[in-house]
Amino acid sequence: MTEHLRASGVAAGRVSQDSIDANFSDLHPAYAPHEAMVAADRCYFCHDAPCITACPTAIDIPLFIRQIATGTSEAAAETILEQNILGGMCARVCPTETLCEQACVREAAEGKPVEIGRLQRHATDTLMAQDVHPFTRADATGKTVAVVGAGPAGLACAHRLAMHGHDVVIFEARAKGGGLNEFGIAAYKSTEDFAQKELDWLLQIGGIEIRYGQALGEGLSLTSLQSDFDAVFLGMGLGGVNALALEGEETDHVIDAVAFIADLRQAEDLTALPVGRRVVVIGGGMTAVDAAVQSKLLGAEDVTIVYRRGQEAMSASKYEQDLAQQKGVRIVCNAAPVGIEGNGSLSGVTFAYTEAQDGKLVVTDETFTLPADQVFKAIGQTLAETPEALKLDGRKISVDDVGRTSVAGVWAGGDCAAGGDDLTVTAVAEGRDAALDIHATLAGAS
Amino acid sequence: MADLTTTFCGITSPNPFWLASAPPTDKEYNVRRAFEAGWGGVVWKTLGDDGPPVVNVNGPRYGAIWGADRRLLGLNNIELITDRPLQVNLDEMTRVKKDYPDRALIASVMVPCEEAAWKEILPRIAETGCDGFELNFGCPHGMAERGMGSAVGQVPEYIEMVTRWCKETTDLPVIVKLTPNVTNILGPAQAAKDGGADAVSLINTINSITSVNLDTMSPEPMIDGKGTHGGYCGPAVKPIALNMVAEIARNPTTHGMPISGIGGVTTWRDAAEFIALGAGNVQVCTAAMTYGFKIVEEMISGLSQWMDEQGHARVEDVVGRAVPNVTDWQYLNLNYVTKARISQDDCIKCGRCYAACEDTSHQAISMSEDRVFEVMDDECVACNLCVNVCPVEDCITMETLAPGALDERTGKTVEADPANWTVHPNNPSATAAE
Repeated sequence: MTEHLRASGVAAGRVSQDSIDANFSDLHPAYAPHEAMVAADRCYFCHDAPCITACPTAIDIPLFIRQIATGTSEAAAETILEQNILGGMCARVCPTETLCEQACVREAAEGKPVEIGRLQRHATDTLMAQDVHPFTRADATGKTVAVVGAGPAGLACAHRLAMHGHDVVIFEARAKGGGLNEFGIAAYKSTEDFAQKELDWLLQIGGIEIRYGQALGEGLSLTSLQSDFDAVFLGMGLGGVNALALEGEETDHVIDAVAFIADLRQAEDLTALPVGRRVVVIGGGMTAVDAAVQSKLLGAEDVTIVYRRGQEAMSASKYEQDLAQQKGVRIVCNAAPVGIEGNGSLSGVTFAYTEAQDGKLVVTDETFTLPADQVFKAIGQTLAETPEALKLDGRKISVDDVGRTSVAGVWAGGDCAAGGDDLTVTAVAEGRDAALDIHATLAGAS
Repeated sequence: MADLTTTFCGITSPNPFWLASAPPTDKEYNVRRAFEAGWGGVVWKTLGDDGPPVVNVNGPRYGAIWGADRRLLGLNNIELITDRPLQVNLDEMTRVKKDYPDRALIASVMVPCEEAAWKEILPRIAETGCDGFELNFGCPHGMAERGMGSAVGQVPEYIEMVTRWCKETTDLPVIVKLTPNVTNILGPAQAAKDGGADAVSLINTINSITSVNLDTMSPEPMIDGKGTHGGYCGPAVKPIALNMVAEIARNPTTHGMPISGIGGVTTWRDAAEFIALGAGNVQVCTAAMTYGFKIVEEMISGLSQWMDEQGHARVEDVVGRAVPNVTDWQYLNLNYVTKARISQDDCIKCGRCYAACEDTSHQAISMSEDRVFEVMDDECVACNLCVNVCPVEDCITMETLAPGALDERTGKTVEADPANWTVHPNNPSATAAE
């Protein structure tokens, strides 16, 4: 099939199906069994291991690696899933280079950590391939809990609550569960519909019902949930996106990166997904990198990430930055957008160089224009409208260490709650810990 | 450049690396390849009585244990002596020796414990032009049940008797190969010497079961659901072999008897260690079976480089150099005090030293909140476990306390003069120091 790399404008089918298949294959492919044994043998089984401390869900990493090394990957999976029920997804999407693998003593020793993420995938894949769900529910408590959002925080919370015998109803705004695992995150990190497979596997615990198409504020109110359920957990993530506040922002093909990624993740046929010949991505986080790299993989000729601060300030990890550059994405730093060009039909974006003045970032008079026929905005997401009763901490729901909000009987976790990095693994930890506190609270109340 | 030419009990070979009597030396084809690869000598796979040859099992002959990347650490076998007709072997040996006159060709022999059997076969084998004999008193399986191999090697009187028959029969050097499956190697070694042996070679393989198949509940290697003990060899057995070689080398009545060192020799360094402990040469099997004959090139280059660096011109200059330093526990200097030292620059903070010391030793390593590990001299008994479990070479070392220094653990000053258990006050049979 001919590749149409240089077709101008926003067009589908820039590269062949074969190229799509190759481009969107697993970023970190599964180990063959022997590879896993060799990789596992590199673990030193550290005392009070730094990798455990670095893991937001505190998985006993040396133990699960030793279990792999001794031929019991199923037991290894249990060690992982006990702490992190989405251990399969986290193995794929965690920025391990800034978490467990950064803390690995072999990183300090030789700059080559034990590949904890891939080993975790090996263990969880082994168990899930057998369609085994290793956890069972405690006796029914008769208590009911509403969980808002079927993303990582909500699912982790629901699963832990179900384990303790509570009945859980998850209210999910979209038609599918999984949250950012399903709609966000680059496709090459979660191949073969893994988010849905993991969701189905997780629900095997029983006692969890998901009601789709139900969002808070749209026919669903916090007060009704409070009256209908014994406790409420909010894990709806960040529904809004930040705007550039520039004239021409409504122009066609100036879109939110999260929407582009969601479309891409849901596309049946990536050769039918249009992408610009020249793409500009504005932002410096993981979303910016995911949008930029995937644009390139879809066949965009020029892809440039423009970030307003220095490269060291980018919230995308060094690994992600390297990945972007390795895929041919250009990263331009210290420049902020000041104009959408093209008079209603996008032709480019004008940027002004920035500099710090008295610790504040200001734009200079020096500008440049990048030609663009598609622009992705990846400058952060915001909390969608929330019930007034909830106290906010900055722009997120205020919570304490165990996820309690300012409203009694309402907990929150994940990206919508203040504190912690906006990572899948952090959301899982917060959902799990809130569940434990909800359980303790409900047990005390009975 | 070091000269690796070795004369071992009168047999000269261009280097001290011989292939042990085993599958690699079973036939002309293999042995020619070995000599082409550079091996200094070959001990031909054990010859038996004329007549119907022995038969081997038709299932697996070997079992193994491995490291994580399938590095073969130990091998066991249930193979018997050569299963080819005697005359075929003799004809092949004759041809090979004729074509490689500078290499050592030794005939390994195992026949029933009858004088006539030995006295009949040796002259016949000698006609091949071989340089000597090795009496196989070591094989622990199959032949032992028939009164041969280790069944002989475990009874010093038999060793002496058979060795004497052989020495009465041939003028060629006779090497007695010893089994390690005994409580004390000195008895068999002494018996070989008393019988007139020119040398001993050791160790043969160790009785072993490599593993158990937990599905079929059968020992490995498994033959139709059953397993039997085989002979264990390879890198894992080297420490056992080194000790047995050293025991013979330092024992006053066997000291000086040529020893051919066998047991897990895998690299030039292993060979150098055997030689330092008294071996005049070494024999190799498992390493060749694992990697092929080419490894001898590394053995030759490595030993040469090390000898050059050390200023040793000939192999015999190295033989037995470490033997004077092998002693009994009671003669170890109890006034020698060391303490573990952790290099904070090299430490990668894995905490293995801490876990090992805290859980299984003397609680002599402290751990701070930020993972700094330090030795507490007042608790450190200098056991060396931390050194051994540390994954970073030379990160933890043992520092010797100088005489006059305070040992904080005992509260005593380190004495300059050595003192061992024989003079220690806690020893009821101590002799008072002069």
